[in-house]
Amino acid sequence: MPTIGNAQLKLLEKLCNACAVSGDEGEVRKIVLAELKGHAEAVRVDALGNVLVTRTGTGKKRLKVMLSAHMDEVGFMLVADDGEGLFRFETVGGMDVRQLPGKAVLIGKDHLPGVIGARPIHLTTAEERKQKIPLDALRIDIGPGDTQVKLGDRATFATRFQRSGPALIAKALDDRLGVVTLLELVRNTPANIDLLAAFTVQEEIGARGARVAAYAFNPDLAVVLDATPAHDLPGWDGEENTSYNTKLGLGPAVYVADTDTFSDPRLVRHFTETARAAGIPCQFRQPGAGGTDAGAIHKARAGIPSISISVPHRYSHTAASIARLEDWKNSLALLHASLKRLTPELLASDRA
Amino acid sequence: MKKLIQNLTETFSPSGYETAIRAVIRKEIKPFANAIRVDALGNLIARKGSKSKSGLKIMLAGHMDEIGLMATHIDENGFIRFTGLGGIRPAALTGGRVRFMDGTPGVINSDRLTDLTKTPTLEQCFIDVGASSQKDCPVKVGDVCAFERPFLDLGNRMIAKSMDDRIGCAVMIEALRTLKTSPHELYFVFTTQEEVGLRGATTSAFGVDPDLGLSVDVTATGDTPKGSKMEVSLGKGPAVKVKDGGMLADPRIVNWMIRTAEKAKIPYQREVLEGGTTDARAIQMARAGVPAGCLSVPTRYVHSPSEMVDTRDVQNSVKLLVALLSAPVDL
Repeated sequence: MPTIGNAQLKLLEKLCNACAVSGDEGEVRKIVLAELKGHAEAVRVDALGNVLVTRTGTGKKRLKVMLSAHMDEVGFMLVADDGEGLFRFETVGGMDVRQLPGKAVLIGKDHLPGVIGARPIHLTTAEERKQKIPLDALRIDIGPGDTQVKLGDRATFATRFQRSGPALIAKALDDRLGVVTLLELVRNTPANIDLLAAFTVQEEIGARGARVAAYAFNPDLAVVLDATPAHDLPGWDGEENTSYNTKLGLGPAVYVADTDTFSDPRLVRHFTETARAAGIPCQFRQPGAGGTDAGAIHKARAGIPSISISVPHRYSHTAASIARLEDWKNSLALLHASLKRLTPELLASDRA
Repeated sequence: MKKLIQNLTETFSPSGYETAIRAVIRKEIKPFANAIRVDALGNLIARKGSKSKSGLKIMLAGHMDEIGLMATHIDENGFIRFTGLGGIRPAALTGGRVRFMDGTPGVINSDRLTDLTKTPTLEQCFIDVGASSQKDCPVKVGDVCAFERPFLDLGNRMIAKSMDDRIGCAVMIEALRTLKTSPHELYFVFTTQEEVGLRGATTSAFGVDPDLGLSVDVTATGDTPKGSKMEVSLGKGPAVKVKDGGMLADPRIVNWMIRTAEKAKIPYQREVLEGGTTDARAIQMARAGVPAGCLSVPTRYVHSPSEMVDTRDVQNSVKLLVALLSAPVDL
């Protein structure tokens, strides 16, 4: 049985502290490849940098099941050198510019330190403090004299992984949680399926890696392991919060629909029925805005029945997000239990 | 044919949940197709004939899905908050009625508006199904509904919800029934999830791998008071699409359609639609590329619960489609 224990938490820490902004996933890929040693028959890296892994089952009549988790994270790219160690930058992936000033960052492969500076309170007027600082006005400041930093280098938040009681606090929980979950499922694949695991690149900028991975694998069905925002704090005025997306502590989030995908209803039933039968808590992610690798996978070739299962976490795509250990454990448990029950009969009748 | 149109437009099947309409269409086409299959995304794919020496493999696409709503939250008093499936216009919501897939009816209204000159946003709207608590509300998060509105026959005009694109489905079904002989291997594809991004056409075009593709869909008109500047009107015949917001129709297809209409003395209009697109875009971009075009049925008030078409335009669309498919195609 796959589990989340100290080893998995250590690995999550290592992965969250690694830097892998979309298009530059080498550091996480290296860790993933090392973890895969001895656990899969076929491991390859494709043209876009996806890690593609195959594990053949032993049962009769096996479904080819693609599981994907993305290795990349949101971050920044340095685009102009203003001299004196000041760099203009662009955001990579969905980022709220209001969240950026005052954050420490790490730049490039060597994790060189820098900071996204902002004028301190002593030197701003009350009127100025009401305004949002536009991206054009922000700089990454590394101090003068460092010649190792180059235009085109990526940067990401310098946040280090921490635990606080039941909480996991880190940058890039989206989707390093999924990466560790997928590694666990590669090591503990149920024998009734052929597992096609994709550790994908460039999800945050449009599920680009998943598109080519799904084409290459051509699976019978796909399950995407991701992390989704929770906005579950109560309203300040006591009003009922009706748009929380997900809530911490209620277990893995099962997708019915997001911007890019309608989950295959047969898979929605399979996962929720498994959860009920196994006594694993789960919640529906509120249908609405957002997207995962499933958006690209389900439209690959002649179509692939797909679903996404996410670990809920607060403050996604910011310097520090928070997830609950229990939600992560239940996500892995639900995935493993659901894969174990998969048979070709699930897809024998028409999608409905 | 009006009976068929009524039957199709009064079926509830929003994007992603096309099971009901698929069953209706399958029943209609079964006696006329050589083979029928359903693909991974739920597209209904019917083959008629096989490729002769002078024939092509032709894919026709009409989408089965319609715009709808999906529940995102049931509040403590049993009111349902929702998100849109496809291009929902908030202005057309308030006071409208919906029906969920299990038959549950409901009415749409909104939070009290402080500024009555403004249209409520989707977030301000809710559905009331007559429940008084979360517990006795029969609707769950993720359940879907479509607009409830009966079909109306005005003689030369017809009004219904989901004319977009059940009218295209009706034209294809009628053409499949009427078509006597064809040199082509024809795939009548009733697609899914068009309204959310041509998803069904994307996968079915890959699966069918056609030599030529044609979608049959609705297009907007410019013939209403202070309407958009557009040279398409109800009653002036099927529209031959030259361009829309997502596709430049293959000029050879445009010429073929116009030649055929003129030869058969079927009225037609040239269509340039500035926004929106159809399944033809997805077909055109499939695999290594496919010559594609679109036969459009002019439709007023698209994406409202009351969409209007002209009966003669519909009949002429069937005639044009049959004429197009009956003879060899020389692009």
